Amino acid sequence: MAVDEGLKIELGKQGVFVTTLQELYNWGRRSSVWPMNFGLACCAIEMIATTMARYDLARFGAEVFRPSPRQADLMIISGTVTKKMAPQVVRLYNQMGEPRYVIAMGACAISGGPFKQGYNVLKGIDRYIPVDVHIPGCPPRPEALLEAFMTLQKKIDAQHLTGEERPRHLDAEAPGMFPVPEQGEHDLEPPANKNVWTVPVVIR
Amino acid sequence: MSASETRLVGRDGAPVMDVDGDLLEVSMGPHHPSTHGVFRMDLALDGEKIVKLKPVFGYLHRNHEKLGEEHSYLASMPYTDRLDYICSLTNNWAYALAVEKLAGQEVPERAEYLRVILGELTRVQNHILSVGFLLQDMGASGTPLMYGFREREKILDLFESLTGSRMMCNYMRFGGCRVDASPAWLDGARAVVAALPAAVDELEALVCTNEILMARTQGVGVLPAELAINAGISGPVLRASGVNYDVRKVDHYGIYDRFDFKVPLGDHGDVYDRFMIRLLELRQSLRILEQALKDIPGGPVMDPKAKLRNFRPKAGEAYGRIEAPKGELGFYLISDGGPNPYRYRVRPPTLVNLTVLEDMCLGHNVADVVLILGSIDIVLGEVDR
Repeated sequence: MAVDEGLKIELGKQGVFVTTLQELYNWGRRSSVWPMNFGLACCAIEMIATTMARYDLARFGAEVFRPSPRQADLMIISGTVTKKMAPQVVRLYNQMGEPRYVIAMGACAISGGPFKQGYNVLKGIDRYIPVDVHIPGCPPRPEALLEAFMTLQKKIDAQHLTGEERPRHLDAEAPGMFPVPEQGEHDLEPPANKNVWTVPVVIR
Repeated sequence: MSASETRLVGRDGAPVMDVDGDLLEVSMGPHHPSTHGVFRMDLALDGEKIVKLKPVFGYLHRNHEKLGEEHSYLASMPYTDRLDYICSLTNNWAYALAVEKLAGQEVPERAEYLRVILGELTRVQNHILSVGFLLQDMGASGTPLMYGFREREKILDLFESLTGSRMMCNYMRFGGCRVDASPAWLDGARAVVAALPAAVDELEALVCTNEILMARTQGVGVLPAELAINAGISGPVLRASGVNYDVRKVDHYGIYDRFDFKVPLGDHGDVYDRFMIRLLELRQSLRILEQALKDIPGGPVMDPKAKLRNFRPKAGEAYGRIEAPKGELGFYLISDGGPNPYRYRVRPPTLVNLTVLEDMCLGHNVADVVLILGSIDIVLGEVDR
């Protein structure tokens, strides 16, 4: 239930601030998204550049890069995920506490990018873990990563605490652990997590 | 991975003896904030001391060489950007040099100057970044790296305005460069180069005589000159051990014989020397840049006879190498007369430099491994390819 905007402003003038629990909760979460200190390839350099003085990720409350997945809210898949690395990425994601979010940064993390033909390259990390924001680019500019942060913040703001649209961490039925793929005879087993990813239908 | 595969074995294939049963096996990486990417080390520790170190590669193996055989010569150029993704322009240069050797192509003088300017700018930003990352690994969290990135952004702006991309420049072509630099760009480059020595002075004043830095790096990770030569080490790591070998001076590729610059050498071959060598090389690069930006002639930037589409060099083989910021970067190409190379091989400097990691780390503490690895300045895109 949202508070009437006019009333809210009027009360604010008198020094009384009114909000809903949901807004306060989401405001707190979106203003302190701590990313995981996790670089994979080229995009990681642009990710570091984003945290530096010129682009200053701290403006979005997200400058605290945590090396431990237990302390992180956001995983930025910054670079090519190879078939050797994919199990580790999924395992790290499993170790993160809810609520957790994923940004797939760059062409490689989205689809394999320029290396898609390669025998050792995973064709998109969204085959194994749910991705919240995709940023195209090879590598995406730091501004693009900032845009992804803003998109993620809008997404967090729009989440309801109850009802069908509630986030995964408030849904007891939602899966907490995602199956970690293993290197099979020819490819990763399973080749994709069916609950997360389905073969896209091409509409012509 | 099963337990038997991760078991540490010595050079002779026999397992590392754990007589008292108190060696600790630690897997460091692939997700570790100071392994500079997805690199893993299997360590055997006696208390804090390293008894055995086994590097594990391949977490970023992107099939570079196989893709190179499937693509035409020109189509491989953007892939070389992603080898050592901090220094894309020197990768372009080495590859262009190899193909030019293969096809016997000439490069116009202005293009050679532009290559030197961009190559040395790349070296400057790589060294300033590697110094920043080394200090970050040491625990000087944030500040020195921010100083490094501040200077790097100025150079990246130059790259972007000339080539259209901050990192993946894809600028050099067989027989020249893709676009010409405008006089305004050259003026901008002159301004950046003129401002850089003051920034390097600032960085040196901040860190070089810092007591913590000296205590943690001097005498740590010593690489003897003999071992460095035998292991094929190149670049700043080799020169820090006191071996005077710089491909720019040895090969005189491009037009490097026209410039007056020195090759700084280290005495001890420890982490501190490798750190200082980078700062000294940076100053020499600035000297080259000043000369090149002063002397750059007019003229075309592409050989008019150069052929980009339907490019089929005659059958043969060629090895082109340059002094990349991290060491000797070489491309070995075999042509069978077709549009694609028959064999495309990269000689990455950092992979070869990593082979002596264990020799440098043995007997040191775990915390020093991070520093020694940082002083080699690896980039996993190049190590795993």
